Amino acid sequence: MPNTRTGAQIIWECLVREGVSTVFGYPGGAILPAYDAMLDYPVRHVLVRHEQGAAHMADAYARASGRVGVAMATSGPGATNLVTGIATAQMDSSPVVCITGQVPSKLIGYDAFQETDITGITLPITKHSYLVTRVEDIMPAMKEAFHLATSGRPGPVLVDITKDAQQAMIDWAWNSSPVRMPGYRPKLEVTSAEREKALTLIRAAERPVILAGQGVLQSGAMHELRVFAERTNTPVAMTLLGLGGFPASHELNLGMMGMHGEAWVNHAIQEADLLLAFGMRFDDRVTGNLATYARNAKKIHVEIDPSEINKNVKVDAAIQADLREALREMLDALPPIDHGPWLNYIGEMQGGNAVRDIRNLPDNGHLYAAHAINDIWRMTKGDAVICTDVGQHQMWEAQYFHHETARSLITSGGLGTMGFGLPAAIGAKIARPEAEVWAIVGDGGLQMTQAELTTAAQEGLKVNVAVINNGYLGMVRQWQEFFYERRYAATPLRTPDLVKLAEAHGLTGLRVERRQDVEPTVARARADEGTVLIDFRVEQEDSVYPMVPAGGDLHAMIRRPDPAPSPLVETAADLT
Amino acid sequence: MHHTLVALVEDKPGALNRVASLFRRRAFNIESLAVGRTSEPGISRMTIIIDSDQASAERVTAYLYKLVNVIHIEDLGAVPAVSRELVLAKVRPSVDSRAAFESLTAEAGCTRVDAGEETVTLEIAGSPEHVASVLERLEPFGIVAISRTGQVAMRRGDTAMTAAQFV
Repeated sequence: MPNTRTGAQIIWECLVREGVSTVFGYPGGAILPAYDAMLDYPVRHVLVRHEQGAAHMADAYARASGRVGVAMATSGPGATNLVTGIATAQMDSSPVVCITGQVPSKLIGYDAFQETDITGITLPITKHSYLVTRVEDIMPAMKEAFHLATSGRPGPVLVDITKDAQQAMIDWAWNSSPVRMPGYRPKLEVTSAEREKALTLIRAAERPVILAGQGVLQSGAMHELRVFAERTNTPVAMTLLGLGGFPASHELNLGMMGMHGEAWVNHAIQEADLLLAFGMRFDDRVTGNLATYARNAKKIHVEIDPSEINKNVKVDAAIQADLREALREMLDALPPIDHGPWLNYIGEMQGGNAVRDIRNLPDNGHLYAAHAINDIWRMTKGDAVICTDVGQHQMWEAQYFHHETARSLITSGGLGTMGFGLPAAIGAKIARPEAEVWAIVGDGGLQMTQAELTTAAQEGLKVNVAVINNGYLGMVRQWQEFFYERRYAATPLRTPDLVKLAEAHGLTGLRVERRQDVEPTVARARADEGTVLIDFRVEQEDSVYPMVPAGGDLHAMIRRPDPAPSPLVETAADLT
Repeated sequence: MHHTLVALVEDKPGALNRVASLFRRRAFNIESLAVGRTSEPGISRMTIIIDSDQASAERVTAYLYKLVNVIHIEDLGAVPAVSRELVLAKVRPSVDSRAAFESLTAEAGCTRVDAGEETVTLEIAGSPEHVASVLERLEPFGIVAISRTGQVAMRRGDTAMTAAQFV
């Protein structure tokens, strides 16, 4: 009976037909039938050291490539270990499909060994989820999972499949008809009323600012955004996840907005008379105090997820549609618009600030995180995929690494997940083997998922790991410095010898303690064929500036003290 | 302010949990929730009553739409609608108050569905105002227990949100 398949085989039949070539996972009892069947299918399996790593790798694989990332785990602890990674993917709208084994259907609800209600646990952190107990339901669930993960606003979908469903056998044929779900009909088209309302506001604006979010990358609207910005002479500010959606070197680029955005960016937003929010969601890290946020600005929100419209910020015009489609339709009706005086005004604000030109600053002998990050940017010419962890180094990366292209920065923005950076780099490298991939992580975050170093070694991957090692949980220490009278509760951090740690994993470990050693060490790491970890011993108590305190007014930033204790100046456009 | 949200939901395992979880997460208190099948196989109809301001009701509606199993939602506060509820009330009137009790139940149109040695179980059905009024008047007689279905609601007139249009 050639058309007979087990449930386990059907899982792989579906994955292969959905174009999956790599699965990140960890085997166990309830998923064993699927693992056994895997050997007969052309799929690469990456054995992680902890299931959280599998979820992050699948997430980063998706973000680096635009394809679905797949993570696989067993029931119980295998499934619960995925949770942080699923929540990370949910907050950042990443198309991930997680497949978990479940105890046999007869045992569900009996507290069987390694039983956990993973669809219940992940209910609020998935776009949707399935508990599959019958073999004939596997294919529909898999098809719907891939459709949901990638369409509309992307997100993670969990498919929990009982062991008996994996083992059962049926007559099987691939159903190539498209998925149809009555409750899921994302609106992608622009209505003429939406378009006209937005165009009226655009034509009337004198001080517009574009707020570009990750939606630019996800809808593939980089070209349309650029044409729109150039034709309407509108400056572009980006969210953290939007970086790369508009070239950093473009004269209309403002840079990152929000809590650690450059001063002129936040001031431009506060003084604007029109905000064009393209595929972003007015996160609290972006707006600060909503009561004082861009009070004189009309707002246009182009957003695919209707539940985001009027959620945090009331808008004057909304286009609920695919961003690329919306930009195309607006461009059809937009003549060139000049905003010379406004651009000149922003230019003056920008010029009044010093430039983040690290190379020409006096060398006080200390090594700052900015040196390491800026040198990596300069030496790679920005042509690299950077995966960060969460904290100070993440913000310095956003300030000192200038992203020119989409999907060149992979970072946990919404959930702010420490431990994301290293597994993300592994996922990104597998998605784009031709790309130069760097993990830029802190000493705290590295230690959360450092076991994945050996995953990189086992897979024979070449990634570079830059550890910004300041001996503190740096961002928390910074908050303690600013808001808790320097009472450093639980932030001083001991770290193992990272050079030896790398070597113990069969990798190369290097250490940098002086500024002049950054360049040669980065060069050595790039030339090495294997994964290299660099331990950058940086200034311990440096802080990220400017900073809008949480919930504070966007224009009221904490600035770097003058005279500064470090030779770093605050602001940025070291693009020459 | 009370909002009456009516949702057509796929009749699938976990769908009710997803809806309820959404209210829990956003800290909305559901005053009443009634679920039942529609004329279309596989589609259930939920009537959800919440007490919230207009903006919050709009938020909840947006989040409900986002649930994959939710097919359609209507806020019946925005259109003319009828709503009804059914209550079973077990009452223990004293011997002295029996006459007054009988007269009240007759006047209010309550149906006696069961009688024990000391208690009477009544069926009270009607508009939310009617049900509230009857329950208030029954209170002095000694209510032992009540069980409510929760409100169900529908648009007035010839138009309706039908399950058939989404099949």
